[in-house]
Amino acid sequence: MRKVLMGNHALSYGAKLSRAQVISAYPITPQTEVVELLSEMCASGELNAKFIKVESEHSAMASLIGASATGVRTFTATSSQGLALMHEMLHWAAGARTPVVMGNINRALAPPWSVWTEQNDSLSQRDTGWMQLYAQNNQEVLDSVIQAYKVAEALDLPAMVILAAFVLSHTSETVDIPEQDKVDEFLPPYKREYKLDPDEPHAFGGLTAPDNYFELRYKIQKTMEEALIKWEEVGKEFGDFFGRKYGLVETYKVSDAKDLIVSSGTMASTARNVVDRLREKGKKVGLLRIRVFRPFPSEKIREILSSVDRAIVIDRNIGFGSSGIFYQEVKAAMYNEKKTPPIFGVVTGLGGRDVTSKDIVGIYEDVTKMEEPKSDIIWKGINI
Amino acid sequence: MAKKTDKKIIFKKEKEMPSHAVSFYSMDYNKTGSWRNFRPVINYDKCTFCAICWKFCPEVAIKLEKTKEKGKEKFKPVIDYEYCKGCGICWEECPSKAIDTEEEAE
Amino acid sequence: MKLTIPEKEIMSSGHLACQGCGAVLAMRYTLKALGKNTVIALPACCWSVIDGPFPHSSVNVPLFHTAFETAASTASGIKAGFDIQGKKDVNVVAWAGDGGTYDIGIGALSGAAERNDDIIYVCYDNEAYMNTGNQRSSSTPLKALTTTTPIGRPKEDNKKDIISIMAAHLIPYIATASIAYPEDMIEKFEKAKHTKGMRFILVFSPCPTGWKYSPQLTVKLARLAVQSGIFPLIEIENGTKWRLTKKIAKPKPIIEYLKLQGRFRHLKEKDTNEIQKIVDQTRNRLLEKIGE
Repeated sequence: MRKVLMGNHALSYGAKLSRAQVISAYPITPQTEVVELLSEMCASGELNAKFIKVESEHSAMASLIGASATGVRTFTATSSQGLALMHEMLHWAAGARTPVVMGNINRALAPPWSVWTEQNDSLSQRDTGWMQLYAQNNQEVLDSVIQAYKVAEALDLPAMVILAAFVLSHTSETVDIPEQDKVDEFLPPYKREYKLDPDEPHAFGGLTAPDNYFELRYKIQKTMEEALIKWEEVGKEFGDFFGRKYGLVETYKVSDAKDLIVSSGTMASTARNVVDRLREKGKKVGLLRIRVFRPFPSEKIREILSSVDRAIVIDRNIGFGSSGIFYQEVKAAMYNEKKTPPIFGVVTGLGGRDVTSKDIVGIYEDVTKMEEPKSDIIWKGINI
Repeated sequence: MAKKTDKKIIFKKEKEMPSHAVSFYSMDYNKTGSWRNFRPVINYDKCTFCAICWKFCPEVAIKLEKTKEKGKEKFKPVIDYEYCKGCGICWEECPSKAIDTEEEAE
Repeated sequence: MKLTIPEKEIMSSGHLACQGCGAVLAMRYTLKALGKNTVIALPACCWSVIDGPFPHSSVNVPLFHTAFETAASTASGIKAGFDIQGKKDVNVVAWAGDGGTYDIGIGALSGAAERNDDIIYVCYDNEAYMNTGNQRSSSTPLKALTTTTPIGRPKEDNKKDIISIMAAHLIPYIATASIAYPEDMIEKFEKAKHTKGMRFILVFSPCPTGWKYSPQLTVKLARLAVQSGIFPLIEIENGTKWRLTKKIAKPKPIIEYLKLQGRFRHLKEKDTNEIQKIVDQTRNRLLEKIGE
């Protein structure tokens, strides 16, 4: 069935089709529609789930960790300040190995107040042990929620599906809504190995001295490495089931590319048009869209960057005191390679400043005039 | 049921560990009797078998042995010295002052 | 001779509590009342250590360690998880200290109460942040010494009235209990067990380490607190119907309770008189409310 859906509703449908059983959420612009639609679905009985109307995002995540520990499927959505407030519990969800799935609407952090899109909120959580992926359109948002459950539950590690504020959350696109029985076949119910169960009592999360804490951290990292394989596997299986295949990354016209634009989310979507435009002018440009950011697909990066002459990473975020965050990770992935192209890091679009095709063409033209990267940040579209 | 061990478990190999900190064992290995400076000693001549000492023991270290005396069922309190921390609540609360204290030998 | 409390033990020996710990008696009686079909959400507090390190545990019921301020929110989630699976009779207990209840956890507690979440919230009150070494909480009584209210600046504020706060939420069942009165406490837990919706039970749990007294006096102090009127044993239904479960005709002078504790060793006569006055006034207000 095809429906015109805003990005937020694509998240709601993803959770509904995945048969989320406990939902705990707190409203925040621009996420409110996600939970409003899920509330309606729960109230009408369309979705058989408990909806806890928590009094804060911190409680939202804490309650989902508790629910997940009993062995049920959980969902929430948030953005910006809400995600920041959850931070302590994001660490808890990962450490407790509870496969919570969350939708995050990328919104700039305050102060000052902003409701517009920027990636700092989700990227600030990159070290928590959560898997994270950046969607470029509403179809991907819906599809990724379903895939996220499959990966998260196979590995017992939480995952967030991320979309841009307003650009996706409030933009309506035609979305193919998969059939429920097909989703049920693709995504069976969650089975948790050690769970809260009076018939089999365990204590969870007890004090662990240095003699064994290290190994538990090692396990999370090993699981992240397994996730690299799992995301590809599940993305391919999704393609077999529903006709739309996904992977850790998406490449566009890279086979003969000399210059490579590296980006994520909706900016990558825009960059794809730019690639076509530049190709018409005879420029050999390609696009690498990084979809899964955690775990970071270093192998894929190395594979694709090894054959280009120049890589331009466009970040809609910044790691203060360092540089654009995707840029840092791409550079790190390439560092030990014998052959690596110069990598340029562009920071643009913070606080929701629009990033148009024209802007990206401008970025390309400016960067290709540079012989080598002179600094770690090339600021674009800013009034300086 | 939590399994008993004779000492605190430290996993020697990561592969033997669950993916998160899940408990499988009891705290029985921890013989808290070693914490004592003084030990309580029940004088059964004075004891009225009221079970108040058992009631107030935080260590679950007083067991009730069911005995029959003159056809009546009685609960005889028996102190488990492996776990008794010597807090003294039992000798303080005993209404018959039937619990004496002895300094713990070395 | 009949036992006055259930014989069956659920928690075991070998746990890490200090000698004479009131909080352990609180857990022991709670588990006797609620039985094995119980799951505990445990935030940072003394019990986070008492239960034992990974991979050991001494409570013998499922126990989920969680962040300091999340006792109520975690318990709400656990309950929802069991509910959606059709396991509707599991006792889901939030087990927090006074720090996690009166202070850092009060937001989540209020949220769960307002939603009338079907959990039993138990606060074992040792009147300070004991697990981190006896710093004051809003539950620390007036003039008590703690590491952050030391000699020269003992606690200047009154103990927060958490019971009135919970009553204002109009939840189905609220009670205060003392480890010196296990029969009263277990009766209250049994009542709570058969009540639906949010239940809040405050358990007075003396701490020898923090209050600075010889461990053998734990039960005696818990008894004196009730007998002096500073910790009344009450029950509140739906936030509006208050009643005493132990009537104290003539309260003992508060000095009898205070003089046994090192945390009050600095009190002068004028201090004790002031405390006595406040205890009397609070008690009279309570009796008025109850209509006695």
